[in-house]
This record gives sequence, C-alpha cells and structure tokens, in this order.
Amino acid sequence: MKRVFVDEQWCLGCHLCEYNCAYANSGADSMVKALKDRQIFPRVRVEDTGKITFALSCRHCSDPICVKGCISGALSKGTDGAVRIDRDKCVGCFTCILLCPYGAVMAGEGGAAIKCELCLENACGAPACVAGCPNRALVYEERG
Amino acid sequence: MGIDFIYPEFEVKRDRERCIACRVCERQCANCVHSYDEESGLMLSDESQCVDCHRCVSLCPTRALKIVKSDCALRENANWTTDAINEIYKQASSGGVLLSSMGNPKPMPVYWDRILINASQVTNPSIDPLREPMETRVFLGKKPDRIKREGDELCCELTPQLELSMPVMFSAMSYGSISYNAHKSLAIAASKLGILYNTGEGGLHEDFYAYGANTIVQVASGRFGVHEKYLEAGAAVEIKMGQGAKPGIGGHLPGTKIGSDISRTRMIPEGSDAISPAPHHDIYSIEDLRQLVYSIKETTGYRKPVIVKVAAVHNIAAIASGIARSGADIIAIDGFRGGTGAAPTRIRDNVGIPIELALASVDTRLREEGIRNNVSLVVGGSIHSSADVIKAIALGADACYIATAALLALGCHLCRTCQTGNCNWGIATQRPELVKRLNPDIGSERLINLMTAWNHEIKELMGGMGINSIEALRGNRLMLRGVGLNGKELEILGISHAGE
Amino acid sequence: MKKEGQIRIPSGCAISAAISRSGQRITGEKIIDSMRPMHDRSNGLGGGFAGYGIYPEYKDLYALHIFYDSDAYRSQCELFIKESFEVVKAEPIPTRKTPEITDEPLIWRYFVTPLRSVLASAQLDEKEYVTRFVTRVNSLMTGCYVFSCGKNMGAFKAVGFPEDVGHFYRLEEYRAYSWTAHGRYPTNTPGWWGGAHPFALLDYSVVHNGEISSYDANRRFIEMFGYKCTLQTDTEVITYIADYLLRRQGLTLEETASVIAAPFWETIGRMDEDARRKATYLRTIFGSLLITGPFSIILGFEGGLMALNDRLKLRSMVAGEKGDFVYVASEEAAIRAMEPDVENVYAPQGGEPVIVKVKEGQY
Repeated sequence: MKRVFVDEQWCLGCHLCEYNCAYANSGADSMVKALKDRQIFPRVRVEDTGKITFALSCRHCSDPICVKGCISGALSKGTDGAVRIDRDKCVGCFTCILLCPYGAVMAGEGGAAIKCELCLENACGAPACVAGCPNRALVYEERG
Repeated sequence: MGIDFIYPEFEVKRDRERCIACRVCERQCANCVHSYDEESGLMLSDESQCVDCHRCVSLCPTRALKIVKSDCALRENANWTTDAINEIYKQASSGGVLLSSMGNPKPMPVYWDRILINASQVTNPSIDPLREPMETRVFLGKKPDRIKREGDELCCELTPQLELSMPVMFSAMSYGSISYNAHKSLAIAASKLGILYNTGEGGLHEDFYAYGANTIVQVASGRFGVHEKYLEAGAAVEIKMGQGAKPGIGGHLPGTKIGSDISRTRMIPEGSDAISPAPHHDIYSIEDLRQLVYSIKETTGYRKPVIVKVAAVHNIAAIASGIARSGADIIAIDGFRGGTGAAPTRIRDNVGIPIELALASVDTRLREEGIRNNVSLVVGGSIHSSADVIKAIALGADACYIATAALLALGCHLCRTCQTGNCNWGIATQRPELVKRLNPDIGSERLINLMTAWNHEIKELMGGMGINSIEALRGNRLMLRGVGLNGKELEILGISHAGE
Repeated sequence: MKKEGQIRIPSGCAISAAISRSGQRITGEKIIDSMRPMHDRSNGLGGGFAGYGIYPEYKDLYALHIFYDSDAYRSQCELFIKESFEVVKAEPIPTRKTPEITDEPLIWRYFVTPLRSVLASAQLDEKEYVTRFVTRVNSLMTGCYVFSCGKNMGAFKAVGFPEDVGHFYRLEEYRAYSWTAHGRYPTNTPGWWGGAHPFALLDYSVVHNGEISSYDANRRFIEMFGYKCTLQTDTEVITYIADYLLRRQGLTLEETASVIAAPFWETIGRMDEDARRKATYLRTIFGSLLITGPFSIILGFEGGLMALNDRLKLRSMVAGEKGDFVYVASEEAAIRAMEPDVENVYAPQGGEPVIVKVKEGQY
C-alpha cells in the first residue's frame, strides 16, 4: 500500500505539515477559520531535537498493535491497509497511545484519540502533509 | 544608531486577521526577522534584518505576509538618490568597499528588449514544430578550415566538440559560492538534459565526478581545486579570465564559507579566505594565454575543448580575435549584467558593456577576419528567456550561458544578499540547515522544466521564422529588427530598424 | 525605392532544365517552350537561361557576359578587363527587338583568358583569379555587372517573362547539351536586369525557386571567404555556397547536397556507422551552410547538373527522362512541353539530389 514516508535529510522542521494536517481534518473551508487562535491537533508531529527534524505519522503497520489493543473496537485496519479510528466508538482509554511504538497516535480535541488516516476520510483524498511539504521531505508512495 | 542609522528598506506587513501564529516564518528566516511573543500569542517582526527574499511570504500557509518597500523616505532628490546617500552613510561609517551580489540592477538599456524577431508570412511557410522535426542540437568547438581526404574517403576526424541538445548551458557558479545541493541540482539537470553545467572556480566535489560528461571544469586565477584528475573529469576546460559582474578582479569567497568539504574541494585550509588574484599571474598577455591553453590541452591529451571566458569590456572584439587565434576552441563572453555571489558594488554597476553589443561586435569582427569558424561563441550575462536565446543566436552566438535564470528556477528570489551566506533558499549558503532547504530532486526537476519549456519556445520561434535547424539561425541577423535604437546601436548590432 | 542589392527581395519562381547525357546539343527553343505553361509562376519581373556547350569555338576561354548602364561605364570596365585578361573577342550579345522587353542595358560579351604574368604574380589559380575579378567588378564598380563568366557556357537574363527573354536573346541560335531556365516572381519591383536569374559564377549557374530562411546565416558565413553578396538574393548565395563547397573545398555533389539540405539528426542517427560519421562530420563543420526554408534549385555546371529540394520539400519539383534526356522542372507540364512522351516522372524527395552527368568526353 501507499504510505507516507519521511526523508529527514530534507525535513526543514518548518512544521507546515502539522498545520496542513490540522486544517485538512478540520472540515473548514479556510485555514484561518480552522486554526486561528486555536490549539491544533495534527495527526502528524514534527520530532525536533534542534538538530534533526522529521515528521512522524502512523506507519499503518501490517499487524497493528493499536488495533489489537483497542478495547472498544474503534481502531480497525481496512482492506486497503489503512488503519482508521472511529471516534464515535473511542472511549478515550488511550491504550493505543501507550501501545504505539512510534508515538503516532495522539489525543485529539474532546478526549478521543486521533491518528493519520492518510486523508482518505477527509476532503483531500491524499495526504495533505505530503502535498504541502515544501521540500519533498514527505512522500506518499508504495515501497517494496 | 544616530548618525549611522539607515531606516530599514523593507516593511513586513502581517495581516493579523490571517496570521495563525504557526511560526513557519520564524523557523524559515535565517535573518531572524520573525519572532513569536508567548505572552501575547502574536508574531512580531524586526524588519531591519529583512532582505526581501520572500521565503516567509512563500511558505506562509495563510498568505498573511507581504514585504513592501518602506515609505520612510529622505527628501526627494533626482540627483542624490536615496541609494547614493545611503551608500555614503555606509562608507562613512565603515570605511569599506561596498559589496553586492547578483547582476547589475541599474536601469541601463536591455537591448534584448529592443530587438524583435521575424516570422514568415505568405512568401515562405512557417514550420510547425508539433508536426515537423525542429532541430536545436549544437556542436561547440573549432571547425576545420578545410576538409581532408585520404584517397576518396573523407577523414571525419574533428578536434573535440561539445554536443548540446539545445543551445543553452548552465554558467559557472563555484561550489562555495553556491551550495552542494545547488551544484547537485545543476549536475543532475545538465546530465538529463544533454547539456553542460560549469563548476566555476571552486573545484569539483568528489561526488560530482560522476557527472563529468556534462561538466565544464573551470580554471581561474586562484587555481582552486585544479589538479590533473579534475581537468580530466570534465567534458571541457574553461579558463576564466574575467566575469561580467566584476571585470578586472577575481572571485572572492570569505573564509566563513570555507567549511571542511569546500576546503577539501578547493584544496585550501578551512576558514581561509579564497581570494582569486585579479589577473592570472601567468597571463599578462595574449601569448601567455596561448601557453595556458596548450598546457591544458597537453594535460588532457587534446581530448577536451578549451573555453576562454572573458568579461565584455570595451575592446572585446579585438580581445576575442586574439583569443580565437590562441588555440581556444570556444570563447565565452559574459556581459555586464552577469551575476555574482559577491562583487564590489562600484565594479558591478559601472564596469563592462552590454552583452548584446559585445556579441554583435565580436561576431562581426571574427567574420571580417575570416576566423569565426575557428571558435564557437557562448554568451551570458542576463539571458532572461528563450527569446533572448533566439536573439543571441541570430546575432551570432552558438549558445548561451545562463546562471541567474537557473538560480531563479532553484528558488532564488534575487534579494541580492548572497554575500551574507544566509540564503534562505539553500542556494548561496553553506550553513547545513539552510543548504538542506534545496532538495536536488526538486531543484533538478525545476531546471529540467525550465529548459524544456525554453526549448519548446525556441522551436516555436524558429518554426515561425521558417527555420528548422538552429544552425540556420546562427548569425542570421536578417531575422532581427531594432525598435527605438539609434543608428549607431543598429550599426553595432548589425540589424535594421523595424519597418526597414 | 531601393534597388536589388540594397534590400533583400523575396521571390517565388519557376525553374526548368533539360540535359542530354550523351552531350547532344539542342537549341534553346525547347527550354523556352517549357516556361510557357508556367507563365503564372512568374510576374514579368525577371527571366533567364543558362546554356552549357554553347561556345565550342571558344571553349577554353572565359566568356564574360556584362551589363553596362552606359558606354562610359563600358570603357571604364573594359580598361579593367584588359588589365587582367587577354581579350580574344569582344562583342555585343545579339538580341532581337521585342515590345515585351524594354529598357535594356548595353549587353556585351568577352572571350578572355587571364594574363599569364598577372596570374603568376597574384599566386592564384585561374578560377580563383576570375572569381576575384568578377567580385571586384560587381561589388566595387558602378554601372557594370558581370552576370556570367564560365567557359563554354553562358547565362542570358532580363526583366520580362522568361519566354520573352528567350526570344529577346535569340536562344534558338545557340545549341547546348544542358539548359536551365528561370521565371521570377519577386514580391517587390526593382526591375533590375542583374537581379534576374540564373545567377552564375564560373561554370556554376543556379536557378532557384523559393525563399530561404537561412539567408543571412549563409551569407555572413560565405562572405568570410571573399564572396560578396551584392544582390542579396537567395540564388546568389546558393551559387557561392556551391562554388565554395565544390570548387574550394572539393566536396562531391552528393556531399554538397548533404550540406545544404542536410539530413535531420534523427535520420543521421539511423544511418550505418560509416554514413553516420560522414553526415555528422559534414553537418558539424558546415552547419552554417545548411539552407532552410523552401527551395528547389538546379545547379548547372560543366558536364552536368544537380537538382535539389529543401529537406522538407516545401517547393514543387519533378524530374523525368526520355531516352538520352533528363528533364527537371517546377511542374510536370513544363517537362511535357519539352517532351510529351516523357517517362519515369517522379517527385524527388526533400534533400534527395538528382544528379545528371554528361558522359565523359562528350561535352
């Protein structure tokens, strides 16, 4: 399946991916409306040590441990390989957050967990973080 | 402050309605213009540091930023312009030579824009490049005066030639003045396009020997990074006698830019200033040039064409004629608008002549002397578009060198502060965190796009003239007309006025 | 209005040629007839012919055909001729008064041979000597114009329709093994006799239909080698190119054709290695002599002719044969006017030369 990959060699640490992600998943028709004066809840996070930066989001593991550990059945792996979360079913126990070895599941606004769904469930249809990355540090592709 | 104070040239206009305080501008500005105030949650700016490079403007996700020229002005004076006054203040304060970057920005005539191109109507047909072959392949190098035969058979041996898929090459920019990633972008693009790029005077990074077939290696007065393997690595060797942006002086690279990689490539100690001597100290005359040309040919076994690059100066026609007889295979002429990573402002803005006039007079002179075929002519110094390429070739050039246009394709916004080394676009910098901003995959793609677009346009323009091969355009001045040029200018350009 | 030579005048045209492979000489009537059906391809502003083998009695002498504006110019020029040549015969070229042809200049011919002593001190071969003489007269002297200077051949041209020009020059009285003809359709009306075609230099003559887009590139290149394009016509520059490549560089006719109508790089890429090397070599060194834009030309020379189209074939040209004769013309109708039973009529491809040579010793 196509996944989002990061090449930290080209990551500038600009954090645009986080804002593009938050906007893409806001449902709003303008970034200003969606994000101005609000705390943002992106599903991609830039790891920033000051020297090395890279953007991290769900790896969509072939055998996702978060899905196994989800107590309410909110997390599932689709036939397309993407791991999705049904926020209506999420009870906010955050087991998934504790289980994810990558730290790619986060607490969202209002208590339920959030994670990257490759923008398949929002209006973008393809990862907004990749589209907006100014240096092609993020790519969305199939790798063997 | 006080007497030294010069009001900042630019203002950062931030639309508070739009700013989401994402801090991208802050993270992307190497000049530290933007900062975030935790207390108020607002973005602030220190416009005194702004160079108007548009990095923040380009990356702002909500288009909340723009940079405008400050309207804080000195009393208007048509004689003492604000620039002239501010330069006096700077020199009165520092006692130094003023430095600038990129090409001459003064409002001098751009002759390209006063020249118009012909098209076929009725008496002969235009040719449709979408339906007919349209050839832009060029061979650069010396052409023999006479053919040779052995018995009835033609001897097809030629002195070395450079084959280009289109009449444009990337001009010299040294590794040091521009970044590793900029060089890599140029090298990849040149290879994929079937053209050449030029190392400039900073040697060739070991990673780029792989692109040798598409590389021109330069030998300048400082001889940085010149050794036998280097000369052998390229497809051609260029002797840099001068540069359009700063005729009469050598290249300057401050020690702050000489990091370990550059030090190794240039073969000079880390942190030392790389100041090329103004002349080649082994070339004080034309006969000396001949010796250097032949030393290089000896070293490279006569397998590489030798290019001699000179700045367009007053006596350029005679100089070119001398070079054409010096054994050089190609003459490159750089006009007074040519770019640079750093040059004394006065030299950049006042020395040299326009490339259009230099080219026309050189081509005419070489033809008058019957030696035009001894050399190929490559011209540079502000070739803005494919139309300029067409005009240059019709005036008599074999090919054009582009550098500023290539940098623009790589993201340069012509803020003209390369000399600071803080290029926010990752081009004219050696700071690793800035260099990485130019991903060579993107850079080379954009260069390829630009050249592909130009080549399409060149073909369209040629087809319009009823010409289907670039060599039939070379020196074809009948295809050009001047507008608003005086008789002398037309005479030098060797073209008629529009309507004639 | 500017005259021919002061300004470049594009023109469309009709061309035609007939040649006997065995050197059989025929009068000029047939070639005149060939131009009649192509009347509309000319506009009365220029016509002309070249005949090869027409002066057998003087075949070792250069035949200079010269237009003079007046007798004063003639005596001036004749002085110069006498300084350079031994003149065996000088006479006005016989013409016939005809209402269609007016304002004729003085038209003279001279059968000459270079003065040995002058030739030796100039250290030139004979042909180069004659070429330089003609270039000097045509570029430096006013009121006179040498329009033909080959051996045992001659060009005849005037302002008018070609069939009238042939009548004017009494071409029925000449017999040639090879004839070429030209009718001109200039888009401007300078009406100067020297501007009519064929254009001739030594034994090369060119008739041409087309407007080449490479003109100034070709001109500025060829002028490096002592040629002066005084007329600013395509035909003139093509003649110089032919002279340069054939006589001075010693290229064969086929090689010459592959310079001026060079195969596309793509085509070269498909050739076998030997041919590819040769074609690449010629294109590389003689790139500036590539002719682009539409043209069909017939290059006449001693003992043969070569017809050639531009590489896109942007001008019509057909060839045919009957027995001993080969015919080439802009239109098949012109060939049929000469030989109604012509055989093997075909349209040569762009860049494909039609080369006809008279049997050795038969001309």
